[in-house]
Amino acid sequence: MNHLPLIIKREYLTKVRNKSFIVMTFLSPLVMIILVSVVAYLTQLNNEKVRTISVLDESGVVQDIFKSNDKTTYNILNEMSLGDAKVFAKETEAYGLLYIGDFKNVNEAENHIQFYSEESPSLTLISDLEGQLEKKLTNLKLLDNGVDVDMINASKININIAQESFEGEKTSKTDSVVKLIFGGAAGYLLFMFIIIYGNMIMRSVIEEKTSRIIEVIISSVKPVQLMFGKIVGTSLAGITQFIIWLIIGSILLTVISVFFGINVMETQQQEMMNQAMANPEINAQVQNFVTSFYNLPLTNLIFAFILFFIGGYLLYSSLYAAIGAAVDNETDTQQFMLPIITPLMLAVYIGLFTVIEDPHGTVSTVFSFIPLTSPVVMLMRIPFGVPLWQQIVSFVILIGTFMFTVWFAAKIYRVGILMYGKKPSYKELIKWIKY
Amino acid sequence: MSNLLEVNQVSKHFGDFRALNNVSISIPKGSIFGLLGPNGAGKTTLIRIINQITMPDSGTVRIDNELLNENHIKDIGYLPEERGLYKSMKVGDQALYLAQLKGLSKAEAKERLKYWFDRLEIGDWWNKKIQELSKGMAQKIQFVVTVLHEPKLLIFDEPFSGFDPINANLIKDEILRLRENGATVIFSTHRMESVEELCDDIALINKSNKILDGKLIDIKRQYKINTFEVGVKTADNLALQNKLSDKFTVSPASFKTLDDELKLNIKLSNGESPNDLLNYLTGQGEVSHFVELIPSVNDIFIQTVKNNQ
Repeated sequence: MNHLPLIIKREYLTKVRNKSFIVMTFLSPLVMIILVSVVAYLTQLNNEKVRTISVLDESGVVQDIFKSNDKTTYNILNEMSLGDAKVFAKETEAYGLLYIGDFKNVNEAENHIQFYSEESPSLTLISDLEGQLEKKLTNLKLLDNGVDVDMINASKININIAQESFEGEKTSKTDSVVKLIFGGAAGYLLFMFIIIYGNMIMRSVIEEKTSRIIEVIISSVKPVQLMFGKIVGTSLAGITQFIIWLIIGSILLTVISVFFGINVMETQQQEMMNQAMANPEINAQVQNFVTSFYNLPLTNLIFAFILFFIGGYLLYSSLYAAIGAAVDNETDTQQFMLPIITPLMLAVYIGLFTVIEDPHGTVSTVFSFIPLTSPVVMLMRIPFGVPLWQQIVSFVILIGTFMFTVWFAAKIYRVGILMYGKKPSYKELIKWIKY
Repeated sequence: MSNLLEVNQVSKHFGDFRALNNVSISIPKGSIFGLLGPNGAGKTTLIRIINQITMPDSGTVRIDNELLNENHIKDIGYLPEERGLYKSMKVGDQALYLAQLKGLSKAEAKERLKYWFDRLEIGDWWNKKIQELSKGMAQKIQFVVTVLHEPKLLIFDEPFSGFDPINANLIKDEILRLRENGATVIFSTHRMESVEELCDDIALINKSNKILDGKLIDIKRQYKINTFEVGVKTADNLALQNKLSDKFTVSPASFKTLDDELKLNIKLSNGESPNDLLNYLTGQGEVSHFVELIPSVNDIFIQTVKNNQ
């Protein structure tokens, strides 16, 4: 008898009707939006604060580079001793005092520059000051050596290498960025999905164990069927939640921008548009972006996304189900979580660091074949164009491993759901397989 | 009468642990079969094998002369010792779900549930969640779910635990009624008085081996100790006791009576009939009490398990 649809239906309905699930579904987008708004607001607040920096330049040759802007006000001090300048800076509640001593030689300038402040200064500020000073001093040194700085500036040439594959496909740097965004988003989405809904499956297995209904159920259904039903039912609930989040999220964003951010958004957009119009470079960039999007191997991307997403998700969720079956309560799950979380984290980090650097390098390629990391890494690689054979081989390995883990998980599941009391060790889990 | 269930030479190991060792039992159709044994003897493993929850390492199980297969799931109703229901699911939904898993259609399940809920007067629980019910109430629902699909074979593991005497009696009557309607019942329990009361056949499992089985009455005959509990009114209790001690094996007995008579357990040796004893006693005084001591299931259980160690 096939009870799969029945089990899926029950799992789905219990999940969806669950109070905390409903609260989570409708509250988390709200919380997220509020959080983002607060962070944005706070950043704005921070940026709006104008810092005053006193500058005492005894050499007299660099102070003209410090131009006040909307973030920093430079207060140039003259005819003052360092001691007085410090007192002055303190009294005027300046953020700090930049002291440039009188240096005879540009080469020794570094030893004469000092920053005084109440608290340790912000890193960005210091590197900003360093950048300005370096630029000025370099120019000074060039002048000393009799080089015409204007000529150097005039001779600067900007290069944007036109890229084209041997097959004649044109690509560009923007392409890489777009690919990165798509690959990263796909990989990260899978990662999140596995963590959130894998846990949910695990909890639902544990719930059946603790409520002791499990023996009644598996006297009517095969454990594998029950496990599959749980995975599919929970995933459907997950997809429902995701879709609701997307809808609520976009509605909330629109509402918020209409009520609160209308001016900001519009002026910013206007500004950007104006800039884009005025600046042919930005205009070109926008165009590049659009063409890059259409340059993506879209059909491949969509198919690969669906297949690897489902494959990877099923692989991990069967492991989660097995963990749920092996333990009695959630606190005991920790020791078994590590071997699941580790490859998942590894995949995301490899995706974010190695794939960006070299999407077709050895590391990226190898990890896009190893089954526990392949779904995430492959999804991140595919926008950069992965040969079809590699995708197929990786997918076949993934499905093969999936079959194996389902067999393995089903074994653990079959034995584990009837085991109560002690927390099993890995050794015992291996023994269960032989039962 | 033919057997509904035949368990033949079934063994099961869990790693190094031997849970069942070549156990065979036959359960006649329409009987109530007591599956007895100390804790950890292997009863639950055997029951799980019959329910196809665990597979035996070797041996066969047949229902109605057919090797156990998936189609038998709907023929069995199982009330495990470790029972429970989904806590946050409504009673009605839950019962419907479990009934459908046993192969009933939704409409059929609804109809039968209505019948049972009315019968046990629990109709107004339909929309309650299990967590709102008491343990006894939840047990009732669990019982209904177990028998709802009218299985040929009912397996009850400690069915009366958690019930108050009134409800335990109600459930007992329901079990007897189900048997009358043709069901065969396997009954695993430690409560010997209910075995005494209900079971036709028993099997005793100890340390993964079956050590005793058969009709309860035959087993009792087999364990009969040929001892009679007697009470005789005489003028001199001590004199009579000495006299009897010379003729029979006697030991003091205690039972409640109205007068102060001599109370003894008298064991007959082979060849002596109870009538001889009775005739002799009537010559000595007024016999107020004469009962054959029948070993209780409890005694048999303890004795057999002890002898087996």
